Amino acid sequence: MKHTSPAYDLECLDLAKSFGGIRAVKGVSFEIPSGSFFSILGPSGCGKTTLMRMIAGFEEPTSGDIKIKGRSVLGVPPNRRNVKMVFQHLALFPMMNVYENIAYGLRCAGVNNAEIKRKVQDVLERIALPDVGEREIHQLSGGQKQRIAIARCMVLDPDVLLLDEPLGALDLKLREAMKIELKLLQHQFNTTFIYITHDQSEALVMSDNVAIMNQGLFEQIGTPQELYHHPKTAFVAGFVGDSNRWSGTVKSADATGGMVETDQGLSMSFSAGSGQTIRDGDKVDIFVRPEFIRTVRAAETDQAAADGDNQMSGVIDSLLFNGANSRVLVRTGSGELIESDVTVTGNNDLKPGEDVRLVWSSRQAMCFARPESA
Amino acid sequence: MMQNKDIKRLSLILLFSPFALWILLLIILPHIGMVLLSFREKVAPRVYEYSFANYLDFINEPIYWNTLLRTGSMSLLVTALALLIGFPIAYYIAKIAGPRARGGLFLLCLIPLWVSDLIRSFGWILLLRETGVISNFLLWTGLIGEPVEFLYNDIAVIIGLVYTVILFMIVPLVSTLDGMDNSMIEAGYNLGGNGFTVLRRIIIPYAMPGIVAGCIVTFMLTAGSYLTPVLLGGKNSSWFTEQIYNQFITRFNWEGGAAFGMLLLLFTSVVIWLGLKLSGQTLANTVAKS
Repeated sequence: MKHTSPAYDLECLDLAKSFGGIRAVKGVSFEIPSGSFFSILGPSGCGKTTLMRMIAGFEEPTSGDIKIKGRSVLGVPPNRRNVKMVFQHLALFPMMNVYENIAYGLRCAGVNNAEIKRKVQDVLERIALPDVGEREIHQLSGGQKQRIAIARCMVLDPDVLLLDEPLGALDLKLREAMKIELKLLQHQFNTTFIYITHDQSEALVMSDNVAIMNQGLFEQIGTPQELYHHPKTAFVAGFVGDSNRWSGTVKSADATGGMVETDQGLSMSFSAGSGQTIRDGDKVDIFVRPEFIRTVRAAETDQAAADGDNQMSGVIDSLLFNGANSRVLVRTGSGELIESDVTVTGNNDLKPGEDVRLVWSSRQAMCFARPESA
Repeated sequence: MMQNKDIKRLSLILLFSPFALWILLLIILPHIGMVLLSFREKVAPRVYEYSFANYLDFINEPIYWNTLLRTGSMSLLVTALALLIGFPIAYYIAKIAGPRARGGLFLLCLIPLWVSDLIRSFGWILLLRETGVISNFLLWTGLIGEPVEFLYNDIAVIIGLVYTVILFMIVPLVSTLDGMDNSMIEAGYNLGGNGFTVLRRIIIPYAMPGIVAGCIVTFMLTAGSYLTPVLLGGKNSSWFTEQIYNQFITRFNWEGGAAFGMLLLLFTSVVIWLGLKLSGQTLANTVAKS
């Protein structure tokens, strides 16, 4: 069956969809290498669900093309596409037991009973739930339902598996565990997973590649590390991870960086975001991640000053204790709050009311020209 | 604390008493009376004995039990037709129509209820009788040479009954289909099912409680209806309720009428019990739910 397999399981070419006058997806192109975990990350209403429904065949694109294994699927009804989908609320069939839920797709394909039995048992073993076949859906736990929903698709050996925020309904602990499990399942089945989510930690932890979607367009496609450390647009910088954000005007600039005066009157040096050309007088946004800002007591600044070319003094407004992810809010002279990650040891820690200096390197200050000035 | 509990109990009693009175005075008491009456036989003027004579009459007279079987089978036919016609309507209202159209369509289904049974049956008479609208229209088009009587046959009775009861089929169907997540249907297609498979394996099993609830209500209403079969079927309708009416009113045989009434109740109960057994549903998850 497997002839010369094309390099991409899924390709979308300039895909667009309008509902009435509203353009939900505005020309998206991407391709997904076979066997990879690809996430589409975006805020709600960005068009990611519409995009996924087009791939599954529930919506017909207004223009553009979708190719699965190199073959266009335009006009192919959803039940003839070898793209399976795990729905947001899983959509397991409550009137069938686990075995029948998994067997449903095989029965639709006309597989004989002995073969169905073998395949269902096989897939149940692969998801490590070999004995639940006779159970009813309502007898399963949240995590088990999740795995059955995936098994129900995987038993059909799809070219692409779509997952529409399937972890949204789970509680936090289970969600963390399922993230790892999903990644392991993807490795095990070695099938292309396309994961739709608005939760960046889900996308960053699990994916080989992530596409950031905003207002119907892909802002950037890249590995999680690329997106985090080298965002190409201000939206990506602000959406992926936490950031301190300033708006300002460039005072002096060369090819790689320069100086900015923020709207609050602070001066800071920056390096241009990847692919950006910043000119004198541009209106820009500057992003600095809290973990790249060092907070030191005002009295101890001498040795720290050498490390960073940006410094600011302020007073600790509050300490947000969260174990390893603890953070301080520092109120600067101009009255704004800056977030900075700190290590809390339980011994001689920073306390609210202390005078501190914030230090960071210009290499960590990512600068993007504002669209209205471009 | 104690006082609060007393108030709660008092309000429960006050709320519950009209219902209890209704059940007791209008349902339980008459049925006890009916049962007692049905086992009485008039042996001489004003002399009664307990016996099964009224039930034996029913068994020994084929006209009676034929009428009951005919009523039962026609009611089943009406129920099936109401389901066949009602299901697509309910599906459209619950799943295809937009949220605004849904309310309007539902209201349209309810409007006929604002008019009494009598007037609605009279409407069918105006349409179907020999000098009625349909007959005249067909005459005018030249399809028929002389006026045709469409009334007073089984088809007229069935049309009238389906029309009267279909609403009670649509309402429970809409409410169960409404509770069905659309993604369940989409999952059915996504996993490779065609339209027929999705209907047979997903939509109908999911809607089964609503289907059974609708069928029970429809069947009970049809088998117990009197006005529509009499008005549209005339003498030919031979509906079992007519026999009951005849026993009570025309022949003044209350004992016989009571026995027939009990038999109708028994018969419909058995049919419904069989239906529940066959569909694997219970009263609790069908009628009690909607």
